[in-house]
Amino acid sequence: MTIQEVPQGRLRTPFYSRMSELDTVNSWHEWKGYTTPDELYCAETEYFAIRNATGVFDLTPMTKYRISGPDSLEYINRLVTRDMAKIKPGRVAYAVWCDDRGQVIDDGTIFHLREGEYRLCSQERHFDWLMASAIGFDVSVVEETAEVAGLAVQGPTSYSVLSNMGLDGLGELKVFGLMHFDFQGAELMVSRTGFTGDLGYELWIEPAKAEQLWDALFEAGKLHGIRAIGVHALEMARVEAGYLAAYEDFLPAKATLRTGRTRSPLELGLDWLVDFKKPVFNGRRALAEEQRRGSTWRLVKLDIDGNKTAHHSYIYAKPKNNKREIGFVTSAVWSPICKQNVAIGTVRMPHGEIGSNVWVEIYYQREMHWSKAMAKASVVDKPFWFPPRRSATPPGPY
Amino acid sequence: MTDKYDAIIVGGGHNGLVCAGLLAKSGKRVLVLEANDQVGGAAVTREFADGYSVSACAHLLYQLQPAVRKDLKLSVKLASDDMTTIALGDDGEHVRMVGNKASGVSDADARSYRGFRKRMTRFADLLGTYFNRPPPRLGTKDFKDVSVLARLGLDIRRLGRGEMQEFLRLIGMNIHDEVVERFESPLLKGAISLDAVLGTHLGPRSPNTIMTYLYRQAGNHGRIAAPKGGMSSVTEELAHVARTAGATIRTGMAVTRIVVENGRVAGVETEAGERFDSMIVISNADPKRTIMELVGARHVETGFTHRVHHLRSRGNAAKLHLALDGLPQIAGLSKKDFAERLVIAPDEHYVERAFNPAKYGASSPEPVVEITFPSFRDETLAPTGKHVMSAIVQYAPYALKGGWTDAAKGEFEAATIRAIERYAPDIVQRITASELLTPADIEREFHITGGHWHHGELTLDQFMFVRPVAGAAQYQMPIEGLYLCGAGTHPGGGVSGAAGRNAARAILGREKAA
Amino acid sequence: MKTYDAIIVGAGHNGLTTAAFLAKSGLDVVCVEKNDYIGGAAVSRELYKDWMYSNCSYVCSLLRPEIYRSLELHRHGLQVTPYGGSVQFMENGDYYGSYHDPAVAYREMARFSRHDADAYERYSADTMRQCRFIRDTLLRTAPDPTSFKPRDIKELIAIGSKFMEMGEDRMYETIRFWTMSVAEYLAEYFETDVIRTAFSGSGIIGTALGVHSPGTAYVLLHHYMGDVDGNVGTWGVARGGMGAVSKSIAGAFQAYGGELRTEAGVDKIIVKNGQTTGVALENGEEISGRLVVSAMDVKRTFLNCMDKSDLPAAFYDRVANFKIRGSSGKVNIALDGMPTFPALPEGSTLYHSDMHFIDSMERMERAYDDWKAGTWSKDPYIDMVVPTMTDPTMAPPGKHFMSCFVQYCPYELEGRAWTDPEREEFAKTVINQIANYSPDFKELILHYEVRTPQDIEDQIGITEGNIFHGELTMDQLLFNRPVPGYAQYRSPVRGLYMCGSSTHPGGGVMAAPGANAAREILADLRRPNTVPENFGDD
Repeated sequence: MTIQEVPQGRLRTPFYSRMSELDTVNSWHEWKGYTTPDELYCAETEYFAIRNATGVFDLTPMTKYRISGPDSLEYINRLVTRDMAKIKPGRVAYAVWCDDRGQVIDDGTIFHLREGEYRLCSQERHFDWLMASAIGFDVSVVEETAEVAGLAVQGPTSYSVLSNMGLDGLGELKVFGLMHFDFQGAELMVSRTGFTGDLGYELWIEPAKAEQLWDALFEAGKLHGIRAIGVHALEMARVEAGYLAAYEDFLPAKATLRTGRTRSPLELGLDWLVDFKKPVFNGRRALAEEQRRGSTWRLVKLDIDGNKTAHHSYIYAKPKNNKREIGFVTSAVWSPICKQNVAIGTVRMPHGEIGSNVWVEIYYQREMHWSKAMAKASVVDKPFWFPPRRSATPPGPY
Repeated sequence: MTDKYDAIIVGGGHNGLVCAGLLAKSGKRVLVLEANDQVGGAAVTREFADGYSVSACAHLLYQLQPAVRKDLKLSVKLASDDMTTIALGDDGEHVRMVGNKASGVSDADARSYRGFRKRMTRFADLLGTYFNRPPPRLGTKDFKDVSVLARLGLDIRRLGRGEMQEFLRLIGMNIHDEVVERFESPLLKGAISLDAVLGTHLGPRSPNTIMTYLYRQAGNHGRIAAPKGGMSSVTEELAHVARTAGATIRTGMAVTRIVVENGRVAGVETEAGERFDSMIVISNADPKRTIMELVGARHVETGFTHRVHHLRSRGNAAKLHLALDGLPQIAGLSKKDFAERLVIAPDEHYVERAFNPAKYGASSPEPVVEITFPSFRDETLAPTGKHVMSAIVQYAPYALKGGWTDAAKGEFEAATIRAIERYAPDIVQRITASELLTPADIEREFHITGGHWHHGELTLDQFMFVRPVAGAAQYQMPIEGLYLCGAGTHPGGGVSGAAGRNAARAILGREKAA
Repeated sequence: MKTYDAIIVGAGHNGLTTAAFLAKSGLDVVCVEKNDYIGGAAVSRELYKDWMYSNCSYVCSLLRPEIYRSLELHRHGLQVTPYGGSVQFMENGDYYGSYHDPAVAYREMARFSRHDADAYERYSADTMRQCRFIRDTLLRTAPDPTSFKPRDIKELIAIGSKFMEMGEDRMYETIRFWTMSVAEYLAEYFETDVIRTAFSGSGIIGTALGVHSPGTAYVLLHHYMGDVDGNVGTWGVARGGMGAVSKSIAGAFQAYGGELRTEAGVDKIIVKNGQTTGVALENGEEISGRLVVSAMDVKRTFLNCMDKSDLPAAFYDRVANFKIRGSSGKVNIALDGMPTFPALPEGSTLYHSDMHFIDSMERMERAYDDWKAGTWSKDPYIDMVVPTMTDPTMAPPGKHFMSCFVQYCPYELEGRAWTDPEREEFAKTVINQIANYSPDFKELILHYEVRTPQDIEDQIGITEGNIFHGELTMDQLLFNRPVPGYAQYRSPVRGLYMCGSSTHPGGGVMAAPGANAAREILADLRRPNTVPENFGDD
C-alpha cells in the first residue's frame, strides 16, 4: 500500500485564493506551516488601511484549541494566571500562561463561547502542555486550527463594513465581547478583539464558507476603503498598540536553551493579568516568590528621540561612560500616525521606571555606510496609540 | 466539630509510624489513619491460612536505621540475626555468604568476595550517612544545602583517591559486569545479582544495579535479620512507641481525600465521610496515590503533575506463602540451615533471563526466588511441627499482559514451585495451603501504586535529589502543609524508617525556622 | 637510526588528527599504519569495481568544526554535504517519516499524534540543552575529580559552574537525563510507539545496551551533538565516502611535514626504564621515537602491544576489564539501481534519508535480548542509508552504494568464533528484513560485504569491532574514560599517550580525542598549542 504522503512545503489557508488574486508583490513567508503574505501591495498603504479605513488580515494559522467539559473553567483557571471565573459566556480574555517556575509559555486570547465551552487562541502550539495540564480534570481539549478560518477586520470603518454586511446588533458588542451570527447557514463568530489597538473585530468561520465570507466582506467594504493586508503592516500597528509578540518580545519558556532567557508575566508588565487571589495556578508559587524578592527584568515601552528606528539596539542607563548595557530593544518601529520613534524593550531592574530616561544605541545605514547614534528615550506607560474609537460602544459611523 | 490535630498522617506503615512517633515525642498532637485493620502497611504479619502467619510483604529486616532505633528507643526482638544467604546449587553444592565470607567457592572467589564486600560496605556506609537526612537542594545558595553538598564531596574524597575513583566508576554501573569481572562461581554471581535486582524493574545487566545493591547494605553492613513474630512486631512496637508518646492511631480508617482549601492543606476525609482538620497532613502513601488520587492534580501545578505522572513504580516482586506440614528435604542443607535465607539464582544469566519477559509484560517462566522459613525460629507463626515458607519471587510484572487472572496467577505460582522443586523435590507433598500476592494484589491490599515496594523505582533518575520527583525531594510537597513520609521519598523502601524520620525532622525543622 | 619526536600508532582519523596537530607545531612525526591503506574505520574502499564503500563508519556529523577549520580540511579535499531525515517502515504497511522541513516533519508526526507533534518542541529543547552542556566538554580534557592539581580543580569548577548556571530545575533534569533509559526518557514526551522507536535508535547504536537500559538517554547525545554548519543534529555525507575524512586529515598532516607509513603494523611498544623509546614493527624493524601515541583502542594498546610487566598491575586489570563490546555489524551492498519502497510515494525525499525497518520499542528491546543470548538480532535494528543518493562520486551514475549498519551483532556467537555459513545467515537476516519492504531489492544486489565485529577487529584492529572503542556507559565516560586516573591521554608509562576513541569524549568520527591528546602532549613538551578551542555558546 502507498500511504498518502503528508503535504510537502507550505499549506494554503482557505483565504489564499482571494489573497493571491489581490497580491501584486509576491512576497510571502511561512507561518506555522502556512503561506502568509508579508504584504500584498505596499506595507505602508496597508498600515493606513488599518488606521484610516479597514485592513483585513488572515488569522487562520493562529493555533486554536476547543476546551470543553464539566471542569473546563477550573482547568483554564489553573492554566492561566488571571481569574477566568470573571469572564462570562460571550466574553473574551487576553491571558498568559506560565510553567511552574512562573515563566511565560505564551499569551493568547480565550473566548468563552458558551457556558463551559472555550476557545484558546495563540501564536504557538501547546497541545503537549494543555494535555499535561488536563491530567486530573474532566475536560476535553481538541485542536481546531485547521477547522476554523479566521480574519481580523481592523480599522475605523470596520464596524460600518460589518454592519453593511448585515451583522445586525454588532453595535452593542463591547471590546472583548463576542457574538454569534448566521452566515449563509454557517455559524459566524465575531469578537471585538484584535492586534492593532484600533477599532476592530475578528471573524471566525468554518473553512468551507471562508471564501464566501471574504467575498461578502469585500463587497460590503467596497465603499469603506477595505484592503487585504500582510504581516508587515500588522507588525507596525501592534508595536504602536504596545502588544507583545512571542519570539520577539519574549520567548516561550519551554523552548529556551539558555538560563535566564525566559520572562515572567511580572517582567513583561503583565502583572495585571496575575491574580494571586486564586489559590492555585501554574506559576503561582514562583510568582509570589518573585513578587516578594523582586523581578530581574522589566518590560519598557520607549518613546525614542529622533527618527532612526532602534532595531535590536542596546539600552543604556546613561548617554556615555556606561560599564554595560541595561537591556535591549525587542521590537521597534517608526510610527507613521504618531510620528514617533517607538520601541518595546527589556531592561534589568531597577532601571526603566515609568517616566525615567534611558539611552538607546542605534545603528543605522545611509547609502551603504553605517552610523551610530545614542538617542534619549523616555519610558512611557500607555500604548503609543490608543484612540477612543477603539472602545466606543456603539462605534461611531465612519 | 472534629478534633483538631497538629498533624495527620495518612497511612500507618512503618514510615508513617516512625514519623508519628517522632512528632508526638516533640509534643505534637498526631493522628494516624490507617486503612487496614492492623497497623504496619506492607510491614505486617498476616494469617494466610488457618494457624499459619507470615510477614505479608517485607519479610526481612535489612536496614532498620540505628538512628531510628535510637530516637524512638525501639526494642525489636529478632528471631534470626545475621542470617546466612545460601545460594542453592544442584546436588546440594550450595554457596554460603555471610558478612564478608563466602564458602563453597574457590579460594580465589572467597578472597575476591572479601574484597568486594569490604568495598561495597564502605560505599554503602557512605551512602547510608546521607539516607538519614533530607537530600540537599541543588543550585540554591542556602547554607544548609551547600554544606551538605560540600560534605558529600568531602566524604567521597575522603575515601582516598583509588576508592573514590572506584566509587565514581561503580555508582552508575551494572552488577553483571562487576560480578563477571570478579568471580567465577556461577552461584555466587547469581546470588549477588539477585541481591541487586530484588524489588526493582531491572536485570543484572541494567546499569544502576550496583546502586541498588549498595542500597540494601546501607546502614547495616549487609546484615540480614528477621523479627520475631513477623514484621508486625516491628510495626506494633512502632505504634506502641507512638501511642505512648501521645499519638492517636486509628485503624480501619481509609483516607479518601486530602482536603485542600485556599491553596493549602486543611485536613483529610475518610471513606466513611468523616473529616479531620489539620494544617499539616503527612502522607505515608506513595507519591502517585497521594498527589493524583488523594489530593488531586488540580491542586498542584502542571509541571509537577507531569513529573508525578511519569514517576515509575512498576512492581515486579510477588510474594508466595506456603503452609507446610513439615520442612522439605533439600540436599546439602542441614536442619539448622532452614533458619537462613535461601536464594534461587543459579547464575547471573538466569537472573537476566528471568527479567527479560518482564520487559514485555510477561512473568518469568523460571523465576528468581528468595526463600525463608520464618516458622523455623519462630513457633508463633505456625502450628507445632508445621511450617510456613515466605518467598519473594521475581519477575511478576504489575502490568501483566492480559492481567493477573486466576489462571495467570496459577501459572506463576506453578513456575515458582517448579523452581523450588528443583532443590526441594518433596515441596509439593508438603504444601497444605498457599497464597500468592502479585504486585496487583499488593496494590489492592496495601494501596501501593504498582505494588512496588519502593513506592517508585529505585534508579538514579529517581534517587536522592530527584526522589520522588525533581523539585520535591525535601518531603514537603508544593502545597502548603502537605508532606510525604513514605518509601517514595528519599532514601526509598525497605523497612528502614529513614524516610519517616527524615520527614519528621524536616517538618520540625521548618517549624523551628518559621 | 633516526629518532622521531613522536610516533603515532594507527592512521585512523584520531591518530592522524594528533599527528597533524603535533606536526603543525613543528614536531617531527611519523604515523604508522598496519594496513596498506589509511583511515582505520573512517575509510572508503573499492571493494567492487567502480564502487567506493564507506565500509565502516558511513555518515559524518560529529567531526568537530573547530578541527575541520583549523586543519583546513577543505583544502585537502573534504566536503561534507548534509542529507535529511529518516523513515521507519512499519509492519502494517505504513511508515513514519522524519523530514528536514520542520513544518512537514510536524505534519507527519501529527498524522500519528498531535500531542507528539507538539511535544517534539519540548523534546528537542530539553535534549539540546543537554547537548550544549556536553558539547562544551568535547574539546576539553576531562578534569580528574580526585586530583588536587590547580588545573583539575579549575576545570571542575568550570564544569560545576556551568552546571549551576542551569538553575535548580534544569540541574535535576540533567541528573535524570544522564541516568535514564532512552525508552523512559522518550516516554516522557511521546505516546506513539513508532515515534519513540524512531528516536530510540540513537540511544543504542554501537552500545551493548537495550533501549530500556538506564544510561542510554545519554547516548542520544552522541548522535545529536554533531552539526553540519550549525544545524545541530544534522548528519552529512562525506563526498567520496568516509575515507575522505581521513584522507584530508592525512593531507594536512603531510602538508605540515609529517611522514605516513602504511603496512607498518606495530608489534610492540618498546619501554625502557619506564619510558617509551619507540616501537617494534611486525616486520622486525624498530622505529625510535621520544614519544609514542597510540590511536589504537586501549585494550589493543596495553594488552596486545606491551609487556604486562611494563604496566602497574591495577592499571593493567582496569584495562583488561574495560568494556569494549562487539554489538554492531555491517552489510555493505553495491546496487544496480535504487530499490523501490512501495510504501513511499514515488520521488519521496525519504529515499535520501536513513531507513529503518523496525517499528516498536518492544522489537528494539528484543533485538537486544538476542545479543544478550549470544547471537545476532533476528529482527535487527538496521540503520540503512544510500549515500550515493547524495554523493554521486561513490558509484557509477544510476548505480548505488548502500550501507546497512546492524544493531545488534555479537563479537562471538555463544562464546565461539563466527563460521562462514553463519556470516551468510547474518547477511540474509539483514537483506530479508529490507526486502520485506522492497520487493525489487534483492535482484539489484551486485555485491555485498558482511562485517561482523570479528571482521572489523581483524581488519581494522578495533577490539571486538566496537565502533566507539569502548562502551559509552557512565563508568567509562569523562574522567572514567578509559581508566580512572588515566583520563587525560597520558598512560602510566612516560612518553606513552593515548589518542583513540577509547579516550574522552569517545567515538563517532569526532576527531576530538585526537585533538585533545595533541594539546596535552604539546603542553607536556612545552610547545605552542596548535589545537583549537571550542567555538563556544553554540
